Amino acid sequence: MRKVTLLLVIAIGFGLLSGGPRPAIAAGGAEYEHQEWTFNGIFGRFDRAALRRGHQVYREVCSACHGLKRIAYRNLMDIGFSEEEAKEIAAEATVTDGPNDEGEMFDRSGKLSDRFVSPFPNDQAARYSNNGALPPDLSLIVKARKGGADYLYSLMTGYADEAPEGMEMMDGMSYNRAFPGHQIAMPQPLYEDLIEYEDGTPASVEQQAKDVTTFLAWAAEPELEARKSLGLKVLLFMILLTAMLYAVKRRVWSKLH
Amino acid sequence: MISPDKGIGKWIEDRLPIFEFAKHSLVDYPTPRNLNYWWNFGSLAGITLVIMIVTGIVLAMQYTPHVDYAFDSVERVMRDVNYGWLLRYLHMNGATMFFIVVYIHIFRGLYYGSYKSPRELLWWLGVVILLLMMATAFMGYVLPWGQMSFWATTVITNLFSAVPLVGESIVTWLWGGFAVGNPTLNRFYALHYLLPFVIVGVVILHIWALHTVKSNNPLGIDMKGPQDSIPFHPYYTAKDYFGLGVFLIAYMAIVFFAPNFFGEPDNYIPANPMATPPHIVPEWYFLPYYAILRAIPDKLGGVIAMFGSLLILFVLPWLDRSKVRSARFRPIYKQFFWLFLVDCIVLGWVGANPPEGKFVLIGQVATAYYFSHFLIILPLLGLVEKTKPLPESIAAAVTTTGPPKD
Repeated sequence: MRKVTLLLVIAIGFGLLSGGPRPAIAAGGAEYEHQEWTFNGIFGRFDRAALRRGHQVYREVCSACHGLKRIAYRNLMDIGFSEEEAKEIAAEATVTDGPNDEGEMFDRSGKLSDRFVSPFPNDQAARYSNNGALPPDLSLIVKARKGGADYLYSLMTGYADEAPEGMEMMDGMSYNRAFPGHQIAMPQPLYEDLIEYEDGTPASVEQQAKDVTTFLAWAAEPELEARKSLGLKVLLFMILLTAMLYAVKRRVWSKLH
Repeated sequence: MISPDKGIGKWIEDRLPIFEFAKHSLVDYPTPRNLNYWWNFGSLAGITLVIMIVTGIVLAMQYTPHVDYAFDSVERVMRDVNYGWLLRYLHMNGATMFFIVVYIHIFRGLYYGSYKSPRELLWWLGVVILLLMMATAFMGYVLPWGQMSFWATTVITNLFSAVPLVGESIVTWLWGGFAVGNPTLNRFYALHYLLPFVIVGVVILHIWALHTVKSNNPLGIDMKGPQDSIPFHPYYTAKDYFGLGVFLIAYMAIVFFAPNFFGEPDNYIPANPMATPPHIVPEWYFLPYYAILRAIPDKLGGVIAMFGSLLILFVLPWLDRSKVRSARFRPIYKQFFWLFLVDCIVLGWVGANPPEGKFVLIGQVATAYYFSHFLIILPLLGLVEKTKPLPESIAAAVTTTGPPKD
């Protein structure tokens, strides 16, 4: 019985561990703070209004330099956009298609089945326009950085006008508290009231950072809500089944003792 | 129900006695009556192997082994294939669970002396399975073609360049080119698909050897008669089912709620041969060996020590001179067992950190202790340790006087 308890404690320990946020260890002395995210924890879900605002921030600010190539316009319908809205957003993009019957490539407006069109045709063009730096595609950015959403939020809000005294900044670089090494090629992207939210929410830097981080967290893990809700059912079922299996084991073994 | 006594069942049984075989091996198989929960991990490892093969085959139907498409095909599985995320997370974390289960299985063997006569070949087959698992896991980690996939492959395959004279040629041969590239990815994919079935073959031999010499037990003494044993079914089938339930709760908690806990964020960046990540680390289950590799200041020496740390397990049955199997009756060995376990964890911790400052010295001391455990402590203990008296029989120890606690 003692060992059974031990095994159960280990199992529950894993469960609790998984509910909490990942440890915040940043490389290069970078620091970032934990935020409350609605999508953390075992009941986590994305805040629909934040997703919508975050999409607006991405479209009006980030998309000038950063692609989101793993998301299709149709995916917007998964997070509360109507089909008409998603079609309108898609139609704003210009997609190179073809070849047509005459063998020529042609431009057309985007459709629901297209992926988000990246701002540059290739990495070389992106570097050429950005002083040699490559703005990464944002589809997986929340999963691809230590600290995830907390890191991204801290990066968006971590700019300072002046580097601390004694720090040599390279030409064209900005100081950022959260970025490893503190020198980042991306200039500060978000400012107070940079955009006007469709739902009228005051657009502070923190608000925009929080919204766009939520949107990009969804882009990185679009399965998150399905995963967590299925996970709860699976765990509940497994715990009940295991309790019954324990009863069966006790009953079978009772003949021996 | 098909019965072996009549009809089609008898027709089959007369030609291939499969019913008799199944009854003999899965139902009647006499098992010590005193196995504790640490004995659950063998069957759990077998079940995990099946889960890995099933999820792996389904993933293979969606995966593209090409440097230009591998990363994208994995993301397609995650986003567009129905329940693709579930299959991939089951497979990815299944590797972690497999190693957790197998490491517990191995340490159980170390504690209760399961490698000693007459179980040397059973132990050898287990070590072969471990080596095959490590090769399979290493090649599987390459397939998503993320940054860590690429750079871990580059670092580890480069180790073979330490071989004198032919080292560089071996590395070129492994890569199928002059750098890790498309031929490397293709052959690793082919071998990653092949090796699990080789593991199945060795597992069958492992179970065959087990059923010949029978299970060891917490007392480490042989079964002497029917009073010491119970049939595998229903006793251990019921116990294994319960253990499987507990295992699945832990496994599913990770898959559904922390699927990337054991992973490196860098592997969600597509492989880029032009950009080296600041800190290249292997998966957690390789960290102790990685620490041993880096503890030796010489490249060839490090490679020899790393492989030696695994190969030494083959000679363990002859390094441990004690006639008593179970640590329950070996008061000094018991202390050293726990020290050895702590040493392995320290090695893992060192392996996860950059080889600088205090980690260099700690890694070297821990490596020296790892080998001393096998080469000095175990042979000496066989000579000097005064063991406790063994019980007369399993039945005598666990039914009338009660089992000794530890």
